[in-house]
Amino acid sequence: MSRFLVRRVLLTLPVLLGVATLVFSLIHLVPGDPVQAMLGESASQDDAAQLRSRLGLDRPIYVQYANFMRNTVVGDLGISLRTNQPVSRVITERMPATFELAGAAMIVALVMAIPLGVIAAVRAGTPIDHAATTLALVGLSMPTFWLGPLLAIVFSVMLGWFPVSGRATLANLVLPAITLGAPLAAVLARMTRASVLEELRELYVLAARARGVSRARAILRHALRNSLIPIVTVLGLQLGSVLTGAVITETIFAWPGVGRLLIQSISARDYPAVQGCVLLIALTYVSTNLLVDVAYGFLDPRIRYE
Amino acid sequence: MLRVGGTLVALTLLAAVIGPQLTPYDPARQELALRLAAPTISHPFGLDELGRDILARVLAGARISFLVGVTVVLISTAVGTLLGAVAGYFGGPADDVISRLIDTLLAFPGLLLAIAIVAVLGPSLINVLVALTLIGWVGYARLVRGQVLRSREFEYVQAARAVGANSAHILWRHVIPTAIPALVVQATLGMAGAVIGEASLSFLGLGVQPPTPSWGTMLNGGRAHILDAPHLTIFPGIAIVLLVIGFNFLGDGLRDRLDPRQSQGRS
Repeated sequence: MSRFLVRRVLLTLPVLLGVATLVFSLIHLVPGDPVQAMLGESASQDDAAQLRSRLGLDRPIYVQYANFMRNTVVGDLGISLRTNQPVSRVITERMPATFELAGAAMIVALVMAIPLGVIAAVRAGTPIDHAATTLALVGLSMPTFWLGPLLAIVFSVMLGWFPVSGRATLANLVLPAITLGAPLAAVLARMTRASVLEELRELYVLAARARGVSRARAILRHALRNSLIPIVTVLGLQLGSVLTGAVITETIFAWPGVGRLLIQSISARDYPAVQGCVLLIALTYVSTNLLVDVAYGFLDPRIRYE
Repeated sequence: MLRVGGTLVALTLLAAVIGPQLTPYDPARQELALRLAAPTISHPFGLDELGRDILARVLAGARISFLVGVTVVLISTAVGTLLGAVAGYFGGPADDVISRLIDTLLAFPGLLLAIAIVAVLGPSLINVLVALTLIGWVGYARLVRGQVLRSREFEYVQAARAVGANSAHILWRHVIPTAIPALVVQATLGMAGAVIGEASLSFLGLGVQPPTPSWGTMLNGGRAHILDAPHLTIFPGIAIVLLVIGFNFLGDGLRDRLDPRQSQGRS
């Protein structure tokens, strides 16, 4: 197990290096002078020189790269131009909101997906299965930037059940969590159906039925239980799309998370903050994938020897 | 599924091609006195915040969606196929470099890298195409690399090598064709991804810029009027969902038809 763990961590290192290098190069992709782009056309020469020096852009590129890497390792992501605070602090303040939203969305997705997937598997080939499968495909095709406003129109404007923006109460979380969780639910429902269907064909389910275990118990206690490992794995691997979806969902519902910070920073041309947000989201994604892989290797010994 | 998807895509394509003939209104013409007017017989989808006919803009927006989808998918497929085939067939340092690049790009979830690229390049249709292509080729490269790794050991490929055929000929005539069914499926689903990608970037204000009609830009404009004029949000959204469902159904149907092995374990 330890050899598997070391190998898996070592394989992640070049990816982390690549991610950091790409994030570093972002500011150098700005057409023309990035400092002028940040300050605007009317900025004085002195202001531009001061900012260029503060960001280290007046140094040779290899020095900038080395500094960026060293600072990133110690968690120093620079100073936000918009708030004049350390980017790491600004992001840390916003992180709880994003994780709260992502967690709630995952719970919503599981609650919607598992019953839908199990019913589709148990009734495979029937109109109920076709309806559930089609519903999942429609869910996959429904972009968050449309589902969100649609839910707001129905549940906030027409019914007045939930607030349309902010993070004041638990009620504020409902619509963003459903918006972000629905596409994930579609993916998980398809996965649950395939996984349960496979388990239902296994002999141990037949053996359980032969022992007199009821059909419902055989499905829920045996087939579904064994299907949960791949389902939870997919849930973990989908964190990336949840984090990207959070950028859009937080923008729609004015949810004060990292995603909204990213868009606000883009609007303000606050490139250090943009780099910080992108780096943090990518690192969270890579770390989660690593954790899921390691956990899966721990649970299923076959993975370790592949 | 194949038929439903094909019909939805064909109808949207038809609307994109002959759209301007279907409505008497110019998508850019403003009737300021009728700003935010609700749907009527003469304006079935209503008017937007600048008094422009939403039906005319939805039809014009279909052109942008197809333009982005086709351009991104064609370039991504070509680049991804070439790099994936080189990595899989030659292995060694070429494979190492291309595979590490693929791993790095896959470390950025979904649209995040596209958002970052457009954020620094500036919002425009061209930059949307650049950003979506830069992240789009990776999926095709990974797919083709896997297929090539398998097929390079086939006997007929080894036979071609034995009779002295050069690598480019073997790749083009014998190896890449084995990946075509899977590529067709991936490209169809990729069209859905590109349509959503463009609309997402435009919705965030990072894509197609006003006054050019794009479905994402229209939804972005509708956000400020969600309480008083929900029709600004509803109709462009329906258009996106129908086209994306069309491509997803078509992709799933094609997978069942062209690649039955993959569809067996799938829902």
